[in-house]
Amino acid sequence: MQINTQDWNLKTIAPHIWRGQMEVGQLLALAHAVKDEGGQLQALWGSDDRHLNAGYSIHVAFHAAAGLAWVSVALASEAPAYPDLAHIFPQADRMQRATFDLLGIKAEDAVDERKWLRHGAWPADTYPLRKDFSAAPVRELDAYPFIQVEGDGVHEIPVGPIHAGTIEPGHFRFSIIGDRVLRLEQRLGYTHKGSEKRFEGMDLNTGARLAGRISGDAHSAYAWAYCSAVETATGSAVPPRAAWLRGLFLEIERIANHLGDLGYLGNDVALSFGFMQFWRLKEDWLRLTARLFGHRYLFDCIVPGGVSVDLSDAAPLLAEADRLEAEVRSLKAIYDEQAVLQDRFVNTGTCKPEIAARLGLTGLPGRASGQAWDIRVQFPQAPYDKLDVNMATHRKGDVFARSEVRFAEVYETLRLIREIIRQMPTGAIRADLTATDDVREGLGWVESWRGPVIVAVRIGANSRLDRVHAHDPSWQNWPLLEIGIIGNIVPDFPLINKSFNLSYSGQDL
Amino acid sequence: MATHLILKKIFNTGIVSEPAPEANLSLRQREQELHADILKVFGQAVTIRHVDAGSCNGCELEIHALGGPHYNIEGIGVKFAASPRHVDVLLVTGPVTRNLETALKRTYDATPEPKWVVAMGDCGCGCGDIGAMFGENYATCGKISSVIPVDVEVPGCPPTPTALLQGILAAVSAAKKSF
Repeated sequence: MQINTQDWNLKTIAPHIWRGQMEVGQLLALAHAVKDEGGQLQALWGSDDRHLNAGYSIHVAFHAAAGLAWVSVALASEAPAYPDLAHIFPQADRMQRATFDLLGIKAEDAVDERKWLRHGAWPADTYPLRKDFSAAPVRELDAYPFIQVEGDGVHEIPVGPIHAGTIEPGHFRFSIIGDRVLRLEQRLGYTHKGSEKRFEGMDLNTGARLAGRISGDAHSAYAWAYCSAVETATGSAVPPRAAWLRGLFLEIERIANHLGDLGYLGNDVALSFGFMQFWRLKEDWLRLTARLFGHRYLFDCIVPGGVSVDLSDAAPLLAEADRLEAEVRSLKAIYDEQAVLQDRFVNTGTCKPEIAARLGLTGLPGRASGQAWDIRVQFPQAPYDKLDVNMATHRKGDVFARSEVRFAEVYETLRLIREIIRQMPTGAIRADLTATDDVREGLGWVESWRGPVIVAVRIGANSRLDRVHAHDPSWQNWPLLEIGIIGNIVPDFPLINKSFNLSYSGQDL
Repeated sequence: MATHLILKKIFNTGIVSEPAPEANLSLRQREQELHADILKVFGQAVTIRHVDAGSCNGCELEIHALGGPHYNIEGIGVKFAASPRHVDVLLVTGPVTRNLETALKRTYDATPEPKWVVAMGDCGCGCGDIGAMFGENYATCGKISSVIPVDVEVPGCPPTPTALLQGILAAVSAAKKSF
């Protein structure tokens, strides 16, 4: 069974993106069909539709061979509930719990009904994303029932939320024997900023700025996903050159992040030489980016209708791409030869392809564990439909594999940057959005350096944002970090964590 | 083999570190009553604990960048430490989320006197469009100074490593800002 057959009543709203409304029973059947054909649940969220003469809705984005299917089920306005999907797709677990915390929409018969994004800052029986939410903040004790591991010699190490290095806040509860990790349990949600609530009532241009700050290190990916959602919703076209510039920005962002990660991977195995070299290259890259486009991380360069800044002179970028490639190749030769580094990388933090497939590992760590998905390859939108992207994959699923995928993606991305500059058409870089005066919706799906980012948008009749959901690939990848650490020693955790480099802010929202 | 390659690479790279920027006293928000001799002891040797109190992780990118060879911060006496008990300065990012408010206050209390707080980024300083975008709501308390006392505010989204370094140096500079 294919998701693009008529059976599901799905219609195409954008290249490779399908949309449908269905009943609860059909949702379960579709979930099984997607599972059977090797697809995954990518995102799950809810919405309060009572102001639109309805109740609530649960939304699910499935990704299958034909593309991304965004399906919704209308739920009652009293005690809204839908059947648990985590028994089919385990990655739905935290998304379902977050949906309950924010909207009071319940996954019936779910095994895990603990809170997730709610700590103790708003009362349990109030739901911030309901349109009539007005509760004053409270400060309850965040009594979170961690799963206890018991037995002779087992003890716990609680880490965080404030960590020892410059990383985002989260709590990790290790249960260990000696130095071996028996179990890791994560508690996230500390950086919950109420970002989705902030979108409500915002104008479409300001929304792009907020979307880009869901996870700052993937700014261009989020801004692009948001803008395509808005452009789909309003039926607006983007000038061809703008699409190519968006591709260029996304690839510049990928290089910057991969360079930083490769440096930190060296640093975390005591090869500070690697850190200094890669961060030298990253800094040069950021300075060039700022010189060409006005911002080191391209913040606010992708805007609804196109981009805000053009590439006037490609020569410095082409020269830097060549220099960078030679530098990275020389550093890879050193990483390959460094026995201590290889000893720490290989067989550390392993997620085998079977477990990766079962739990829905996605994006870069997914590709390092045999999950060969890259939106730019299988579901290309402009400009990737003209670029023939080569996917980097590995099957070992360890720190080494994730490092190899990063190296391969650096080379491929530099090739793409050269190719984009070569093929990019001339012309306008921004067009006005088509004005709308009814309720519209759209969805954008972009392969960030970390993995697939989804932004779903509903625009109200007043042409302001009514509901925006942003989904980070970290949602489904965090639980795999819990798997990858099992049996490893505690001192390897920072290395394993860095090799995944997941977003806290992106999943905390 | 690898050692030979490393040495060759280091030799070919040379020194990329740049001179330190001057302290930017205009970023200072308040003057603490401090004995001149304490500041003399500190000079510009300062240890920092970074606290992400709810950032989008954009500011963290620039804190990381500060650790790279261009900025050579340890060469000018600035270093990051793992525990608030070992530091002089807290470098705080975010709009402070309500889920981190307690952790931030406890970190501040755990930092020995004399101490300085540098708030980083438009959200943390509550300035500009972005500061307004991430203002107080059900999930956040807004800017850093709404939760703990702040000595220096470094705006920007995110501020560049140079601007950040100028702010850090302003926190511990003995020079007075004329308010």
